[in-house]
Amino acid sequence: MMRVVINGEKKETTKYFLYDILKEFKIGGEVHIVNGFQVKEDLKIKENDALIIIEKGKIPDRDKLELMISARHTPNVFEKLKCARVGIAGLGGLGSNLAIALARTGVGNLVLVDYDVVEPSNLNRQSYFINHLGRPKTEALKEQISQINPYLNVEIQNCKVTQKNAAELFGGCQIVCEAFDVSQEKAMLVNTLLSEEKKIIIVAASGMAGYTSANDIKTQKKMSRLYVCGDLENEAKQGNGLMAPRVQVCAGHQANMVLRLLLGIEQP
Amino acid sequence: MKVNGSEILLKDSVNLQEFLEKHQYDTTKIAVEKNSEIIPKANYKEVMLSDTDVLEIVSFVGGG
Repeated sequence: MMRVVINGEKKETTKYFLYDILKEFKIGGEVHIVNGFQVKEDLKIKENDALIIIEKGKIPDRDKLELMISARHTPNVFEKLKCARVGIAGLGGLGSNLAIALARTGVGNLVLVDYDVVEPSNLNRQSYFINHLGRPKTEALKEQISQINPYLNVEIQNCKVTQKNAAELFGGCQIVCEAFDVSQEKAMLVNTLLSEEKKIIIVAASGMAGYTSANDIKTQKKMSRLYVCGDLENEAKQGNGLMAPRVQVCAGHQANMVLRLLLGIEQP
Repeated sequence: MKVNGSEILLKDSVNLQEFLEKHQYDTTKIAVEKNSEIIPKANYKEVMLSDTDVLEIVSFVGGG
């Protein structure tokens, strides 16, 4: 007898191969995910392996849906992300893409702060649609996340982040992503949170405008609690605008650093 | 003194504010860590620098 977990339920089986086990429990479905990895062929199953079997085109019960959304996460990663709390300051090109990436990754609690509404010039790089025009970015983003993973807790604050309210807004977060546009505001957030909060780690961004090589964008650990993603040079200015590819690369760097930190890895 | 990984010879006794101005940093766009401690902006004038200090100065450019 061997114990395995199929679609979240513990089962005992005498079989040792995936297809035999599925036959034994009369489970249909063409997508087979074993311990977070999709497999295309029959394979030997070990004690305590986690199997997720998905029928394409069928919408599963609500209680199974969360499990299936997280099926591609490596076991033990999901649990750590589920209880994490991450703040995002600014929901423009960096913040909106970053929020979507963290939501897809399964970060359980997100604090999203921005004072602005969606306008047409945002659509060249920010994760919003025509039907969001005129709506607060916080609400438009929360709506998108609920369509990606409805099991996440998304808290939104529709206000400008200042030296006075920054610590209060992000106090409960383990990590805060700096995703502002203006350099003075980037510096303000970093200075305020690092001075006033003794534990928060900041993942900031600097230098991602234009279309020079995306390979110049890096993640660097600059201070004991500050990581900076970007090329550190290419600022947004006349003749060097912000464009989706490099902004998304930079947001991806930030999201990956957040993920690494949540899993206990401090190296950039 | 070490600044962003490079050795710098401190000739006179200076405070952080003077040092940053002399090296043309825009203090509205930076964050400064001295010996692994963040220095709040309000304290720049009070913080005296010495030979053994390790400074990390991060400058931010706009865009996001």
